[in-house]
This record gives sequence, structure tokens and C-alpha cells, in this order.
Amino acid sequence: MNEQIMEMLNELRPEFDFEDSDDFVMDGLLDSFDIISLVSMLEEKYECKVDGLDIVPENFSSVDVIVELVKKSGGKS
Amino acid sequence: MLHIVTQYLRDSVEKYPDYPAFVDQKNTLTYSETLVEAEHIAFDLVSRDLFKKPVAVMMDKGVGSISAFMGIALSGNYYTVIDTKMPKNRVEKILETFEPSVIIIDKKNEKKAIEIGGEYVIYEDLIEKNLETDDTAAVKTAESRIIDTDILYVLFTSGSTGIPKGVIITHRSVIDYTEWVGETFHFDHNTIIGNQAPFYFDNSVLDIYSTLRNGATLHVIPQMMYSFPIRLLEYIRDHKVNTIFWVPTVLSRVADLDLLDKCEIDCLKKVLFAGEVMPARQLNAWIKRLPDATFANLYGPTEITVDCTYYIVDREIKDDESVPIGYACMNTDVLVLNDNNELVKTNEKGELCVRGSSLSMGYYNNPEKTAAAFVQNPLNNLYHELIYRTGDIVHYNEIGEIIYDGRIDSQIKHTGHRIELGEIETAVFSNSEIRSNCCLHDASKDCLVLFYVGTIGEDDLRKYLNTLLPEYMLPNIYHRLESMPINMNGKIDRKKLKEQIGG
Repeated sequence: MNEQIMEMLNELRPEFDFEDSDDFVMDGLLDSFDIISLVSMLEEKYECKVDGLDIVPENFSSVDVIVELVKKSGGKS
Repeated sequence: MLHIVTQYLRDSVEKYPDYPAFVDQKNTLTYSETLVEAEHIAFDLVSRDLFKKPVAVMMDKGVGSISAFMGIALSGNYYTVIDTKMPKNRVEKILETFEPSVIIIDKKNEKKAIEIGGEYVIYEDLIEKNLETDDTAAVKTAESRIIDTDILYVLFTSGSTGIPKGVIITHRSVIDYTEWVGETFHFDHNTIIGNQAPFYFDNSVLDIYSTLRNGATLHVIPQMMYSFPIRLLEYIRDHKVNTIFWVPTVLSRVADLDLLDKCEIDCLKKVLFAGEVMPARQLNAWIKRLPDATFANLYGPTEITVDCTYYIVDREIKDDESVPIGYACMNTDVLVLNDNNELVKTNEKGELCVRGSSLSMGYYNNPEKTAAAFVQNPLNNLYHELIYRTGDIVHYNEIGEIIYDGRIDSQIKHTGHRIELGEIETAVFSNSEIRSNCCLHDASKDCLVLFYVGTIGEDDLRKYLNTLLPEYMLPNIYHRLESMPINMNGKIDRKKLKEQIGG
């Protein structure tokens, strides 16, 4: 799942290097439109429903935490 | 007689000197602190012998920008706002038109000023200087020379030729608009506004000047929170924000995520929105959550300062119904004209035209565009009287409310920003590997769809456009075509392309 999510991020923002970032949100790699798009992509791909309460910066800072978010939201890998 | 906006600031300083006027993530400015900062900035401009001259503000969004606006206004000059995240190319185009005498920039962005070239001053340096009594007197002298029809600011909107248009707004226009807002929505000293609009977007004029008029408090909510809607609601709760004026996209997002009942936001009493169509379903979710709050749909182009019509929600709007844009604001006249320049009848569609004291003086340094949009009132052949043709199609419903139908031309609204699709196409065309392109707005998904023919790959084109266009103008979906469909007139067949995106 990690690799797939990295692919999604690169698709959203091909101009940024996500591998080099410690915190996608603090480093400004994802803006509000990207977060909404990413959530839709995750929900579709992993057939899950992300709770609005879980859309917080700490759940989007790295690929690992995004994976955790998908699992928590009932996502299937 | 109230005739310049700086009187709002001076009156509030007198009444509430130590009350917080402007709050951002790092700083809070009381009314007297705002005035002191503004006087420092004004004194620098007065010392440069600038009066009725253009001054650009290029600072990260925050309370310091507002001091800069006030400083420029106090000195009898006028401002424009340059977003620090705007691509260099667009900044250059705006500066070519605006030709600022000086740019006020914050320390953090100084590099950008050096790159641009020309005269600049650092905000932090200006406010640290010591002012003598004579200095503040010099500022007062400059201020006393301002009249109400002098320019307060110029805001740049998207232009079809790729050149942004600078809308000129005077002190009088802002005062008349702000007085209407204050009286209509009963703003007072206890009003606490949560700002969303960027300062280069006209909606922020309501936030800033209503705050100053009423001795209220304005919270500049950190931009990052708009990515995380629950954080926004928590901000409202924690800072007891009671008034917001946001674009529908943001309100809808909160509603769509079912967050409204997840946070204690009963402090919120006034929810105003403008900038694009507010979907009734999401509006109804807000009304259900805050049944005692006032909800109002405001409408207007930048050319009429901020708004020229409004609708305070006073009845049930069905989910599939359009939220009316309502009625003309005080001291503003709306004319809905059909193709024969006659006033329309009920249910007949026509172009919304507007006249009144909040009307812009035209486009800065652009007489041709001004003459095309600001025209003689066709219903008046006795004397010179200008109206602005908005290019928006509307009609009156059975009960006399104005209903918005759409745009006449290719100018569209996307995430609350006004965009000429032609400007995006011009940017795409500027790449040498592009043969043809056409940008469309998919209103149902509020996304920008770009069709293009050329050898460049999608990723490279995306990167290229990133250097030319502000974020909100970047296409969301790209379609690379073998050839562009052409209609009988030899023009790109937009209709055919629209069908492809289901429009």
C-alpha cells in the first residue's frame, strides 16, 4: 500500500519530491484541493470512508500515517 | 462627514484603543497599535513625497498587511495586493500595469523584491523607526488632502488576453458598501469575524473595513486550516467567532464531511457567503445545525466593490432549487437588460447591469477595457451615466427575487475565484510544444479541464503551468488529444468538448 500511496501523491503533485519530505503538510506539498482529491482517491482505491474528523494534518504528514488512516477507515489493501 | 476610510480607524482608536482589532496566528494588533504601525508606514511614503501614487503590498497574509493598507491610505496613496505565492510571471504582468512607486514587502520575502527590481521597503524596518510629533503631523496633513473620490485600492482580476485587469475602487465606494453591510447585518463592537478570503480577493474588503467601522475584531484564520475543515470549526469555537463571510466551496466542504455537529460552534450567528453559487443542499445542512443564525447569499463583481445584491435566507430552499441572489443593496441600482437593452419581465433572462456609488472608476491603465465594460446607461439618453455590464445572466422569479443563471462569456467561477478561461489558454499556448488547447470548466465538479494538442507530456505541462499561473487557475484534469475538434466557423468546437466532460 505504501508504494501505491506514493504513486498517488506523485500523480497529484508531480513537481514535488515526497521521498525527501519529513512532513508533507508542514513542507507545503499538499494544499486544500490536494487533500480533498487524495481523500477521494484513497476512498475509491481502498473502498473505505474517511471520517471528516480524521482529516487533520497529523494524518497526512507521511506515507506511513496515510496507510494507518486508510486501515483505520476500513480500507482493504 | 465621513469621507475617507481612515476615519473608521481613527474613530475606533478613540473608542477602543486597547481592544484587539486584527489577530493572526503570530500577532495581535489593538486599534492603537494598528494606527501606530500605519502612521509609520504612511510617514515613509510622505517622506518620499508620494501622494496619489500606486504602492504595492507583497507580504504573507497577516495583520501586518492590514497596517500597510492603512498606512498607504493615510498617506493619500493607493494600494494593490500581490500574493507572495503568485508565480513570478503573473506578478510581473500586474506590476507592468500598476507601476508601483514603491513595494512594501516583509523581510521573509525580500528576495522576491530584489528579483523584481525597483524600489522597495521592508515592513519590519518601517514599523521599528521612531516617529516624532512632527512626523505624525506630516501624515495628518497628507490625510487632510484626500477626498472621497480618490483611489483607495486597485484589485487585479483575471483578463481574457492574459493581462490581469486592475479594478479601481475609491474611498467613497468602500464607505458606502461598508455602511450598507454594517446596517444590514447589524455589525457592532462585539462582532468577531473569521476571515477566509485572501486579501487580493474583494471579499476581504468586507472583513477588513467592517471590522474597522465597528471597532470589531478580525481573525485572519491560518490558510492551512482550510485543508482540514474540522480545524476551522475548532478555530471558530476557540476564538468565539460569530461572523463569517466565506466562499461556498469551504462551507460545502464542511457540510459534505458531516462535521457540523462534531464541534460546538453555536457562537456563530452570521454566515455570509459569495463568490460562486452556493448549493442549497449544503446550505440546508448549515441552517439545520444553526437554526437561529442569519444566512445570506451575497453577489457582486469586484467592479461594484464587493456586492450589489443580497439575499437573507427567509424561507425554505429546496435542495434542487437555486439560492436567490435576492435584491439590490442599498444605494445600488440593478438593471437586468435583455438583448434589446430593455428591462426584462418576470422569468425573462437578461444581463445584470449595475450602477451606484460603489461602482469602480474602471480598469487601471486600461482605457479600452474600461470603455467596453463601463458603458452609458441605455435607459438614459439625457445625461452621462455609467453602468457596469457584469456579463452575468439572471432573471426575476415570481416573487421578484433575482436568480443567477450563469456567465455570458467564458469567464467562470472556480473555487470562488473569477477566472477567464482564455487566460489559462494563453498560458498553455505560451509553451512552444503546444499546438492547440482549450480549457473548460466542469461546473458540476467545479474543476478545470484542459484539452490540448502537442508533444509535451501531461506532467511536464503541469509543471510548466505551475510557473505561470496561480494555484486556483491550474487545470485539474488534462486530456491530450490527437487533434482538436473544429466547428463550422473554424473555431475550436467547445460544444463537442463540453459533451466529452458531460456538460
